[in-house]
Amino acid sequence: MKKDFPILERKINGHDFVYLDSAATSQKPRQVIEAMNDYYTNYNANVHRGVYKISEEASEKYDDARSKVKNFINASSEQEIIYTKGTTESINLVMRSWGEKFIKKGDKIVTTIMEHHSNFVPWQQLASKTGAIFEVVGINKNYELDESELERKIKGAKLVAVTHASNVLGTINPVEKICKIAHDNDAVVLVDGAQSIPHFPVDVRKIDCDFFAFSGHKMLGPTGIGVLYGKKELLESMDPFNYGGDMISEVHVDKSEWNKLPYKFEAGTPPIAEVIGLGAAISYLEKIGMKKIREHEKELTNYAIEMLSKIKNCKIIGSVDVDKRLGAITFDIAGIHPHDLASLLNEKGIAIRTGHHCAMPLHEYLKLNATARASFYIYNEKKDVDALVDSINYAKKIFGVK
Amino acid sequence: MSEDIYQEFILELYKNPVNFGKIENADLHEQSFNPLCGDKIEMFIKLDAGRKKIEDVKFIGNGCAISQASASLLTEELKGKTLEEVDKMGKEEIIKMIKIDLSKNPSRLKCAMLGLEVVKKAINTSVKEIQRI
Repeated sequence: MKKDFPILERKINGHDFVYLDSAATSQKPRQVIEAMNDYYTNYNANVHRGVYKISEEASEKYDDARSKVKNFINASSEQEIIYTKGTTESINLVMRSWGEKFIKKGDKIVTTIMEHHSNFVPWQQLASKTGAIFEVVGINKNYELDESELERKIKGAKLVAVTHASNVLGTINPVEKICKIAHDNDAVVLVDGAQSIPHFPVDVRKIDCDFFAFSGHKMLGPTGIGVLYGKKELLESMDPFNYGGDMISEVHVDKSEWNKLPYKFEAGTPPIAEVIGLGAAISYLEKIGMKKIREHEKELTNYAIEMLSKIKNCKIIGSVDVDKRLGAITFDIAGIHPHDLASLLNEKGIAIRTGHHCAMPLHEYLKLNATARASFYIYNEKKDVDALVDSINYAKKIFGVK
Repeated sequence: MSEDIYQEFILELYKNPVNFGKIENADLHEQSFNPLCGDKIEMFIKLDAGRKKIEDVKFIGNGCAISQASASLLTEELKGKTLEEVDKMGKEEIIKMIKIDLSKNPSRLKCAMLGLEVVKKAINTSVKEIQRI
């Protein structure tokens, strides 16, 4: 499978390239690159406008991708699949089109301390603009959501915004259960699926979430394309996000009428090549099988936790139970700043992420300035973990850390 | 000039930084941090009687080896310089000072520049204050 990813054939600083930053963005297989290349080379045209051959070809591939997305997450209808620029825009769409319409002064918005900034800042800002109450649920010593605090805070909430899986801790949240509790309290639930959907099967109807947001680029697809899934009746009740072409059915000098779903939320020429690329990525993932991907990553994560635990003064910031977590492993080496560690790993051709991983509230909560993170995907192997461990030991030697 | 970042003297300064600490009643005091990596630096500057020259500098902070070692070296470099001279300093001076060629490594250059950034911020704030008076 690794041979499908041309970038992994690169040498970095004279070493085999070991890419351990898939939680930030995944690499792309040839099949995705070629699908996009094929569009630009052979049938580049705008969609849903032309009556000529290549426009029809482009429209067909474009629509076909929406049906792939719908099936991939088991949505009821393609009308519930809205294309966006990515998870961040998906969440901002809900904040603007649903939040600004329905959230009023004194309403309660609940989120968690383990959110990525993209599912934190929009709600913090909406609360501050509307005078809504902004509640943040903390975590327990196993780096899992504090469920009793969650249940307490959900009471009387109007919106619950929660990540399916943490990009820092790797923790997988019990979103099905959260949706049940939230719905018992008449709250709407938005699930940030940016980290979950690339790594295991997702069924939005089983989860019963009201909104589900994710990005193409973390699941082998291109950047610039993401998805917002929303329950039809909710999407119908919302106002448009952007105004312009395609999102209207009729425009007159004095008034306009909105197009039907999902087009109501898709103003302007869409990112056509990116949508086709996303479709190709989904086909690639489905060919391997999401269950198989999950098994592979669980095995790798287990091995990595075992090997990292053997390193003296290496602290894993996250659960060690692979059934409850993903393969994004955040750690800290006492005596070496993560930035220095990443520079030294780079000398050996290894790419890891350092900093606060767009989760500053969580780092403040855990009293950490910055951390290092290694994250795995389908193309990683045990030997990548070995290279990571060897290079951490090399960095410790340079820094004279025992 | 070396492209090798982690030379002995950098690591030594990181572990035992010179001029680490605070100056009570400092004339200029400022802090800044690099949100990308969490590097944090706070500078304390004592000026001469004419308020034109730097007499003493100390810093506190935490972060990566480059940011901390560079800030520490900078404190030595600044003593005796006029505020005007310091304001003209830029990345060439910092690269020369730390003896590591970070020109092709913009993310780490940011770490190295943090100390100077804080000092310049302190100087410019004080100039504005003087103009206001």
